[in-house]
Amino acid sequence: MASTIVQLTVNGQDAEFLAKPGTTLLMALRENLGLTAAKRGCAQGTCGTCDVIVDGRVVPSCLIPVETIVGAAVETLEGLADGNALSPLQAAFVEGFATQCGFCTPGMLMSATALLAENPAPTRGDVVRAISGNVCRCTGYEAIVDAILDGAARARAASTAAAD
Amino acid sequence: MARLRGRGFAAVNYPTGMNLGGDPSQALIHSTTTGTFVITLSSVDLGQGLKTVVAQCAAETLGLPLEMILVDTADTDTGPHCMGTFASRGTHRVGNAVIMAAREAREIMLEVAAEELEVDAADLETDGTGFIKLKGSEEKKIHVVDLALAAHFKQGKTISGRGIFLKPKSEPVPETGEMDPDSCQAHACTVAEVEVDDETGIVEVLNMYNVYEMGRALNPAMAHQQIVGGAWMGISHALFETTEPYYPDRAHGPTDYSEYLMPGPADLAAMESVILERPAANGPYGGKGIGEMTANSPIPAIANAIYDACGVRVESMPFTPEKILRGLDALRTANA
Repeated sequence: MASTIVQLTVNGQDAEFLAKPGTTLLMALRENLGLTAAKRGCAQGTCGTCDVIVDGRVVPSCLIPVETIVGAAVETLEGLADGNALSPLQAAFVEGFATQCGFCTPGMLMSATALLAENPAPTRGDVVRAISGNVCRCTGYEAIVDAILDGAARARAASTAAAD
Repeated sequence: MARLRGRGFAAVNYPTGMNLGGDPSQALIHSTTTGTFVITLSSVDLGQGLKTVVAQCAAETLGLPLEMILVDTADTDTGPHCMGTFASRGTHRVGNAVIMAAREAREIMLEVAAEELEVDAADLETDGTGFIKLKGSEEKKIHVVDLALAAHFKQGKTISGRGIFLKPKSEPVPETGEMDPDSCQAHACTVAEVEVDDETGIVEVLNMYNVYEMGRALNPAMAHQQIVGGAWMGISHALFETTEPYYPDRAHGPTDYSEYLMPGPADLAAMESVILERPAANGPYGGKGIGEMTANSPIPAIANAIYDACGVRVESMPFTPEKILRGLDALRTANA
């Protein structure tokens, strides 16, 4: 089989590259585009550390053959911060000590980002459900759930301030 | 059929470090031309926060802001020796070595400053913001960045220090059995409240309370994080994790991640954790290690809570629904 030219919009920018057959979205991000925030954990869609947002939905990028999503809009962790200014969720993770080894953090942040895009005022139960596909081995989840609720509050406060 | 509630507790005393052939960690520290103090270690930070804690120790000892400390754990081939980050030893052993190295470097830093300011080094102090100043004077001072430049390009000196912390091997006294195998011990107690469903055998941990005596908590937020994460691992060992869940036939066992049971964010107990501080005389600024012990006491606390709830004494981990139901059957048979 021949390689294919794949076009995507990644974090708002056009990306075009040559993908070998069977290249997953995760491999394309890490190897073709040099975006290494999404991690290869289980490589079978169960740990969530490769999660990215494709056309508004959070997906495990290790399971997506990249040639099947030509033209899609992909958001990765690299796109969350505005220069050095962290997103409200990222700031809440840092200040709430919601990372330890950090391996699950990229997926946690993308799952949480997708949740807040859909539901800016989630309950604790909503947060738990949103990250139930993301495995963390260090924190015991408590600090992560707290940080997502805090990040949601920060984002709401920021959008209220912007509207005023 | 009922949901039965129970409460159990367990306590743990845990040694800091180990006693095989002596337990050393070493550290080197030096100033770059820009006044950044680089700590070189072979010790590994795999998320427990060692780099943060030793940077704090160095900043405190040098009298400089934390931002001026850079921790380099890049290479165990070229770095000074460390036994490793295990045995709850990192904070204590590496912290002590870093403090020792920083003390030596501080002495040289003050000597270089004394020459620049033309005063006696004994009359100098650090202000914590990056200045070395003459005690009682606001004018006579020099910033560590200028100091580092002077050391390198004028005075031809290296502002550096060596730290060697060794806990020697302790042999027992034959007559009494007395020995000192660890430098200090941390202590903790966990109370678990569970609900046992006597129809399904499922155990749910509703609440967990942890109290830790850990010497001084060098970074209270990270210490709290370690307690919560460790308690979660304890719950995970107690109720979920095993590679042989379908005993007795291994052929039905799990083959990969997706079939290995662990609690997720929805299985969390409401957790309350308290830190008690009684600084250890031989600890870095009084700190002890709590890395491993945080996963220990939750397990027997849950086992005791299950016994309190339904009378079943589980004796092997994990406490699966099957074991609970077999235990309940045995109780019914015994009481019949």
